[in-house]
Amino acid sequence: MAVFAFYLFAVVAIVSGILVIFARNPVHSVLWLILAFFSAAGLFVLLGAEFVAMILLIVYVGAVAVLFLFVVMMLDVEFAALRAGMVKLLPVGMLIALVLLVQLGFVFGGWQVSEQALSLRQAVTPAPAEVENTAALGMLIYTKYVFLFQAAGLVLLVAMVGAIVLTLQKRTYVKRQDVLVQMYRDPKEAVQLVDIKPGQGA
Amino acid sequence: MIGLAHYLTVAAILFVTGIFGIFVNRKNVIIILMSIELMLLAVNINLVAFSAALGDLVGQVFTLFVLTVAAAEAAIGLAILVCFFRNTGTIAVEDINVMKG
Repeated sequence: MAVFAFYLFAVVAIVSGILVIFARNPVHSVLWLILAFFSAAGLFVLLGAEFVAMILLIVYVGAVAVLFLFVVMMLDVEFAALRAGMVKLLPVGMLIALVLLVQLGFVFGGWQVSEQALSLRQAVTPAPAEVENTAALGMLIYTKYVFLFQAAGLVLLVAMVGAIVLTLQKRTYVKRQDVLVQMYRDPKEAVQLVDIKPGQGA
Repeated sequence: MIGLAHYLTVAAILFVTGIFGIFVNRKNVIIILMSIELMLLAVNINLVAFSAALGDLVGQVFTLFVLTVAAAEAAIGLAILVCFFRNTGTIAVEDINVMKG
């Protein structure tokens, strides 16, 4: 069963990863990317990393992919014209990808685990029956890696401020409500009551 | 039996797919950003696979940080893209040579 699940998730992840590149419509690309993230989360669950799988879904599908969707739909671009030179570049891209894949195959083919590897572990995974994955990660993040955790928060804060600064527009021609001006307005100067006699009105 | 090598193979293919996407798409910046996300996902699969194979939780902790950086990168990249599109009206990579780099 686990073998079947692994091959299902792996094949779906790879196929949707390829379709991200080759989909005609960028909106479809984003949707294939979401499918790739889902199947990667399935692989993580098979590996026993439930917390990372859930975070992957929440962060990537919930935030990043939706951000991509917003931008794709917001930009008014002729996407068909952007695909024009693709066929010309296909052979070179194939060659580079093949060479890289072969190199990675050499690396993984000659892989040997060192004998000291098991004694060099920094944080041994506790038995899943005693401490579940989320609790074990929490105990690690909030004690040993708390500074890294804070630094990650700082990275997100800087990214948020940067994104806002980059995209904020000051439009001077738009009339906006100014609350202070409204509150300091003197009713005596704002309204003038004129008593007009009958027959004298202009 | 599914071992470490299987997961490493999946991650390697996904990583190469991401690089392939960057090389083939010389024009559409959005697809390039998505390819970068694919490559980071492949790295995450590697980290979690080694973490599970060695019984060391640090790999999963590091995966969380990679996720954080990936989210920040996507946000900043898309913000720059929106900003650039407002100024020039295009997102073609070939036209982005203002800095003469």
